[in-house]
Amino acid sequence: MTSTMELYQLLPKTNCKECGKTSCMAFAAGLMAREFMPDDCPPLKNDPKYKESYEKISGMFSTTEGATETGLIVHEELCFGCGNCVVACPVNVANDPYGAGSGKAPQKVEKLILIIEDGIVKAQNVEECRRFGKNKILCNGCIVTCPVEAIEFV
Amino acid sequence: MEGNHNICTGCGLLCDDIEVELEKEIVNKVYTACRVGVAHMKEGSREASFLVDGKPVDEPAAIEKAAEILKNAKNPLIFGLGTSTNEAQKKAIELAKKLNATLDDTSSFCLGPVVEALLQEKFKTCTLDDVRHKGDVMVFWGADPSDSHPRHLSKFSYFPRGEQKQRGWEEERTAIAIDIRKSHTAKICGNYFFQIPPGGDAEFINALIDGVSGKLPKTSYGYPPKKLLELANILKGAKFGTIFMGLGLLYSLENLDPIIRLVEVLNEKAKGEFHLIPMVGHYNMRGFNQNLFAETGYVNSVKFENGEAKHGPEYSTVEALKAKTVDAALIIGSDPLASLPRSIAKNLLDIPIISIDPCETLTSKKAKVYFGNAISGVECGGTATRMDGVEVSFNPIIETKRPSDEEILTKLTEAL
Repeated sequence: MTSTMELYQLLPKTNCKECGKTSCMAFAAGLMAREFMPDDCPPLKNDPKYKESYEKISGMFSTTEGATETGLIVHEELCFGCGNCVVACPVNVANDPYGAGSGKAPQKVEKLILIIEDGIVKAQNVEECRRFGKNKILCNGCIVTCPVEAIEFV
Repeated sequence: MEGNHNICTGCGLLCDDIEVELEKEIVNKVYTACRVGVAHMKEGSREASFLVDGKPVDEPAAIEKAAEILKNAKNPLIFGLGTSTNEAQKKAIELAKKLNATLDDTSSFCLGPVVEALLQEKFKTCTLDDVRHKGDVMVFWGADPSDSHPRHLSKFSYFPRGEQKQRGWEEERTAIAIDIRKSHTAKICGNYFFQIPPGGDAEFINALIDGVSGKLPKTSYGYPPKKLLELANILKGAKFGTIFMGLGLLYSLENLDPIIRLVEVLNEKAKGEFHLIPMVGHYNMRGFNQNLFAETGYVNSVKFENGEAKHGPEYSTVEALKAKTVDAALIIGSDPLASLPRSIAKNLLDIPIISIDPCETLTSKKAKVYFGNAISGVECGGTATRMDGVEVSFNPIIETKRPSDEEILTKLTEAL
């Protein structure tokens, strides 16, 4: 896993403040929290002398193939649609307590992270996932409830 | 998701919250259902099909031929019906009476004895909705609902929030698996998985009863008493406990007395109440058991003689075929040639078979007369009884030219 320090080493380290942050270190922390993308640093993006670093950082952030932005991967060939993850997901429960949270059909489908479509779990609205954003935590509600290990985080 | 929900008849759970999207009268997308349900629902919408000796014919010809076979038979066997609606099952019972036939369903080698004991009120039971709203301890014994009833844990027994269980599974529910192997359900149960040797169930039950009663639990296979006592204490602390009894437990017991006694003892010693629910597989096997019980007082394996029902193991499908006492077979929604042991199934080939099945099966291929009927719950409506005894009615999702098994049975009765 990449650390803030590693990202900082690849940045211009000029503290130019063009990104809106006070220092390159602060920008690195912002990158870590997914508040920024590498493109948000203009010198890094445009200055040819940082080209190598820019490509390296972009490579780190290009979403892993098949994974959502939170790193969630659904192995569709394993999933059989039992819906344990849908009912156990704390965000699903909070957003739709009488539907998905009670084991029934979703009532507010647009607010859910996980739904079952054609017998296979599908991830949507991943930005709502607790593993995402500023206050992320290592929630594993959907992993431990899956009988066949069809959900994974990278 | 505007409350326009369908019933899934894929298994004994009869999930009532399935949404489907149709495209040109074909089920295109299915939401909320598990893979079993999706496959089941997408099966529908095919042309009607009637075969006599493997050649396509029209419906009246097929009915005529089937009626002729049944008329000429002295003791026909009517078998299957686990995947038929209550209405079709009642028609089949009527037909069996008229024909003096042997009538049986898959429950005679499945969970029939448990449903019979349940209908005779030998133990306490409850509905799955009770489990969702109140259940705090659930034991999956010799059952693996993750594979057989995929939505059991997520819709009813473990994960959902219920009226009196608002804080969810982590805090308020304990799922326990007792099995001979680490099943998918056992994996979810984590530390509460108790692995026992094959055939060790009866002893384990007795040891548990000892443990609950404050004695030192002992088993001949040396199960750690500490672990047994831990389990006994969880069961004792339950306010609303349920044992989901699967085939694994039934096949391992000589009779039902041990498990009935365990439920009794737990009801005495535990904080709250304890229940037993059989894990019925086919979507309406319990319905057949109840319908026949209401009519004759028996749940399966009956032989009608001038309106009177005789009951005994000799009238079960397996025994009747073994002894070759039946001389024709009307098989509805079942595939005994594929599912029965070969030594018994081969006797079926000596007698004419009439097969009513939505799918092409080994039995339908060997049948003298085959009716491709509508899939109940997808192409035709009706009522069915869920594994916990709740009656559920459903409407067809798509239109079909295929007749329902109820219609075929009605026409057959008329032709006789």
